[in-house]
Amino acid sequence: MQGLEVRGLSKRFGGLVVSEDIDFDLPPGARKALIGPNGAGKSTFANLVTGILAPTGGSIRFDGQDIAALDEAERVKHGIAKTFQITTLFSGLTVRENLRLPVLERLGQGGRLFRRADSDPKIEAEVEALLAQFDLLALADRPVVDLAYGQQRLVEMALTLALKPRVLILDEPAAGVPSSETHLIIEAIERLPEDLAVLVIEHDMDLVFRVARSIVVLVQGRILTEGMPEEIARNAQVRELYLGGAHG
Amino acid sequence: MNRRLLSLLLILLAGGAAYLLFPYNLAFLTRILIMIVLVLSLDLILGLAGIATLGQAAMYGAGAYAAGLFAIHVWADPVAGLLAGAVAGALLAAVSGAVLMRTQGLTLIMLTIAVAQICAEIANRARGVTGGADGLRGIRPGKVLGLWEFDFIGITGYWYAFAVMFLVFLALAVIARSPFGLSLRGIHESPERMVAIGVSIYRRRLAAYTMGGAIAGIAGALSAQITQLVSLESFSFTLSAEALIMLILGGTGRLYGAILGTVIFMAVHHVAAANDPFNWLFVIGALVLVVVFFLPRGLVALPASLKRLAKGGRHAGS
Ligand SMILES: Nc1ncnc2c1ncn2[C@@H]1O[C@H](COP(=O)(O)OP(=O)(O)OP(=O)(O)O)[C@@H](O)[C@H]1O
Ligand SMILES: [Mg+2]
Repeated sequence: MQGLEVRGLSKRFGGLVVSEDIDFDLPPGARKALIGPNGAGKSTFANLVTGILAPTGGSIRFDGQDIAALDEAERVKHGIAKTFQITTLFSGLTVRENLRLPVLERLGQGGRLFRRADSDPKIEAEVEALLAQFDLLALADRPVVDLAYGQQRLVEMALTLALKPRVLILDEPAAGVPSSETHLIIEAIERLPEDLAVLVIEHDMDLVFRVARSIVVLVQGRILTEGMPEEIARNAQVRELYLGGAHG
Repeated sequence: MNRRLLSLLLILLAGGAAYLLFPYNLAFLTRILIMIVLVLSLDLILGLAGIATLGQAAMYGAGAYAAGLFAIHVWADPVAGLLAGAVAGALLAAVSGAVLMRTQGLTLIMLTIAVAQICAEIANRARGVTGGADGLRGIRPGKVLGLWEFDFIGITGYWYAFAVMFLVFLALAVIARSPFGLSLRGIHESPERMVAIGVSIYRRRLAAYTMGGAIAGIAGALSAQITQLVSLESFSFTLSAEALIMLILGGTGRLYGAILGTVIFMAVHHVAAANDPFNWLFVIGALVLVVVFFLPRGLVALPASLKRLAKGGRHAGS
């Protein structure tokens, strides 16, 4: 099978079961959302798929190949990438340098010693294109620490896209972004390459319903249900969860 | 770009000026130059890559003994001796780094100290080869490039050390702006993100540590050739710690910081120790405190800070 194929995935932290028997598919071109209350295990699931955490059981395949034994960096090389729920950038470096790094590494140029990091016109062109795509050109030479949080979230996405992934997991891309700026994130997601497999973890339901063609609901580490947005919106259990829970 | 060239010119001028102004202190000036090479190696490892170490003397000592033994037993050519020192420093860094680079923080610092201590102990025990506590004697380096003999005033030694320091500086300036240098800064800023863009940070850090080891080895080799003596002190904790203080004083992550910090530390040490051999440490301590509190980015940041201060003053006045 093409794309990501997860079967019976589980994760325990000591006695705490955070993922339990998760089956999940993400074919090329998918636009899925993963929703669920705080602590449901959404980020943990993303960390298991990307290799940041090792599962307690189950299998993860990508394009039919078992990738469970690969470490995080190797999975990135296979095209599986994610953004961080808590912005994780090279904060002292400029926006441009933040984007140059992943492009260099993707092309296997990151270890080169005797040329300038900014001397390859093809790499620079790619960096400029990313800056333009995310509306960051005006900020390109500013250190990332100086940016507003919403802009940092855009850098977070741009940096991950610079890896040209085939599977992209966005862990709460709009978290902490002022609502006046969420449209920037939504537009960025809508502009993603057609054939990219995208999974968005998000609490912001506007965003979820704008971008997702299919929604997976995770509760206490288990998949409660999966369906089209309309189905999920009508689902009584989900409505109760969200009306009675912490999030609206 | 022109500013870069200008700064390099400034280093050359400073080298010439120091030579003309202090003709009777060439030995001391040469020690500063050797120390700058060591501090530059630390700047690559700590300043750029963020690898915490208090054991840089291990590679310095390895380079010193290697160059000394090489001159005595193999070939007296100084440049070949430098190479021997670089190889020894790199080898020690690569072998010890294979373990050290898997750790970080306090564990890493303790292990770097331990490596230097072990090296000192080995050199101490292997008295037959290293001369033990008496030091390695009888090093008689040949002419530099077959042209310049080491003279007892230290003119050749000074310019030889200066040339080596300058070349190391240039090499590091190139590396700092290379993709590799950028990736080291990336690892320093956020190792998690670096892994998340597909980098094996262990290998990158090991490569940086090994390069830093080679440069520290060159510093040690220089010292062996110029003082014609290697003592157990070259592995000492004091040397590692002082190199670190010099770097912090000047400013980590900036190559000019390594030069400035070393010059100031050693000059203050020289003057203060001559005036008051018991309290010079107090002067250095006060200097470090002032820098850490008021100039956390080191003395190289002083002009920028003063400019900001002056600007702030004008704004307040108007
Ligand atoms: N490293 C860890 N060690 C122990 N427990 C952990 C660890 N990481 C996460 N947990 C626990 O696992 C559960 C799921 O956490 P996770 O971060 O996956 O939730 P989430 O669905 O992403 O929540 P949120 O919406 O708040 O981001 C939580 O109870 C959390 O405390
Ligand atoms: Mg989460």
